[in-house]
Amino acid sequence: MTFTRLATGAVLAAALAAPVLAQETKVIGVSIPAATHGWAGGMNFHAQEAVKRLESVYPQLDFVLATASDPAKQVNDIEDMVATRNISALVVLPFESEPLTSPVKAVADSGAWVTVVDRGLAIPGIEDLYVAGDNPGFGRVSGEYMVSAMPNGGKIVALRGIPTSIDNERVAGFEEAIKGSGIEIIGMEHGNWNRDDSFTVMQDFLSKHDKIDAVWASDDDMAIGVLAAIEQSGRSDIQFVLGGAGMKEMIARVKDGDKMVPADVTYPPSMIATAIELTAVGLTSTAPVAGKFTIGSVLITPENAAEFYYPDSPF
Amino acid sequence: MASIDTPQKTNLMLDLKVLGPILALVVLIIVGASLNGNFLSAANITNVLSRSAFIGIIAVGMTFVITAGGLDLSVGSMAAFIAGLMILVMNALLPMMGPGWPLVFVGMLVAIVAGTAAGMVNGFLITTMRIEAFIVTLGTMGIYRSLVTWLADGGTLSLDFGMRAIIRPIYFDGLLGISWPIIVFALVAMTGELVMRRAAFGRHAAAVGSNDQVARYSSVNVNRVRMMTYVFLGILVGVATIMYVPRLGSASASTGVLWELEAIAAVIIGGTMLKGGFGRVWGTVIGVLILSLIDNILNLTDGVSPYLNGAIQGVIIVLAVILQREKKAEG
Repeated sequence: MTFTRLATGAVLAAALAAPVLAQETKVIGVSIPAATHGWAGGMNFHAQEAVKRLESVYPQLDFVLATASDPAKQVNDIEDMVATRNISALVVLPFESEPLTSPVKAVADSGAWVTVVDRGLAIPGIEDLYVAGDNPGFGRVSGEYMVSAMPNGGKIVALRGIPTSIDNERVAGFEEAIKGSGIEIIGMEHGNWNRDDSFTVMQDFLSKHDKIDAVWASDDDMAIGVLAAIEQSGRSDIQFVLGGAGMKEMIARVKDGDKMVPADVTYPPSMIATAIELTAVGLTSTAPVAGKFTIGSVLITPENAAEFYYPDSPF
Repeated sequence: MASIDTPQKTNLMLDLKVLGPILALVVLIIVGASLNGNFLSAANITNVLSRSAFIGIIAVGMTFVITAGGLDLSVGSMAAFIAGLMILVMNALLPMMGPGWPLVFVGMLVAIVAGTAAGMVNGFLITTMRIEAFIVTLGTMGIYRSLVTWLADGGTLSLDFGMRAIIRPIYFDGLLGISWPIIVFALVAMTGELVMRRAAFGRHAAAVGSNDQVARYSSVNVNRVRMMTYVFLGILVGVATIMYVPRLGSASASTGVLWELEAIAAVIIGGTMLKGGFGRVWGTVIGVLILSLIDNILNLTDGVSPYLNGAIQGVIIVLAVILQREKKAEG
């Protein structure tokens, strides 16, 4: 039990900081990557919303939110939170697993609660709570949809994200799910989760292959680039494009029954909110929240699309 | 055209030096054609040339900046920022002006004015405030990248759907089967080549980049020439953005990432000297084409792991430059 340590910390913080603060005020540090692409933008939005909500619900909790544009900056952010804000808990979505492992371990060793989100650390067991997206599951759900949409098999091209373990897990899950179904991947290139890159990759796929039955764009930003390239080519052999993540524009198209975008697979950026909420519950109540919390990837179809549509989110 | 810069007796060697980038381009085209039958199809050629246009238009401006001994790292972020601004202004004026070509022209005007202003800011800080171009443009690069992220609230700025249908032809349609980005790129490149070779401004830029003291004593207004190179580059970034926005109708923090390095690489592959003093606009055009062809060929073939795309690009860039340096040393 780290209560004594926390109590000493709180007393110290109270002594150093303004005396008006109640002694039991606890600080939760939230460290996330900056909004450099659509998904991260959504994640930033949900983190801010969660912090806003929790600050009014729990007056005894204080939050410090830092966004980092690279791993080194994130390490600095975390060190600053420990040194100057005396955090009782850290919620971190690591930019990269390796460089963040030892700084987060130092926070855990100091006795603070650690919640890791989405990307795991290089050494397991450091975190008290792990809120994870299900990358193999994301690939599997996508693959299963492809199989059900093309019962007689067919030729597809696939676009991959930035080369990372996340991307590898998704592709492995996808390939596993379509095995033996008659669906053949005739081309696979990196579109880097980027609209422009996926646009050019898809243009080249269209030049290279005379017949493509469907596209696994694996991400909604990439799906937008892919759709633009298909529209330009004027080809009608491509039956549909399957994206992923749950961008509001794409969910709207699913909802409206767009033939080219019949479904989407979630990988919700709001998982950061789950992590912050659970951490707050852990700090303020006796409910146990340690362990692993996996957020499954869900298939969005026209029937359930309305439940996943958040018009206010930037993503 | 080439004999202007070098004495007559080295003509043969000079030809080889000049031919370096052209040879590399021809080799790439032969490799591409032999690997995939669709490589030389009209559709593929149109695709490659149109997507080269953004970097190409910017790289023509970059040729002048580098020739005058400067550098601009901010162009990629600047393009993203201008694209964001253009989309915001058009969306904001849409209820007032309604969808139509007048609004498209307003968007174009915004892009050109913003590009000019951004170029003037860079030029002012470099010439009047006497700060290193590398540092100034590294700073503005971060500023514009952050601004577009902020404008987009971390997400993506999207042009109104009705406007998108009107503006789309700027990228996808053309004249006599040649798409507009290719036409604009060709016009910009030809004008750039003429200005570099025939106009006083081109000579002044080379003189400033070669030795700014001598240029000053030769009554060249050094600061004015430098300033103008950055302003021209800014305007061309605006032009490139006008071509870019119609393609996907959106801008985000990931728009134009690393365009500055691609533009600089194209300029150097084309034979312009990184330390200034000599510039070759048509070489830059070849450099741009080499860079986009590498990507295109890698996408059209199966033999290479996509993880290695960057390595192959790097090798070809270095080879293209080595080819020139060697010929030059012999000459």
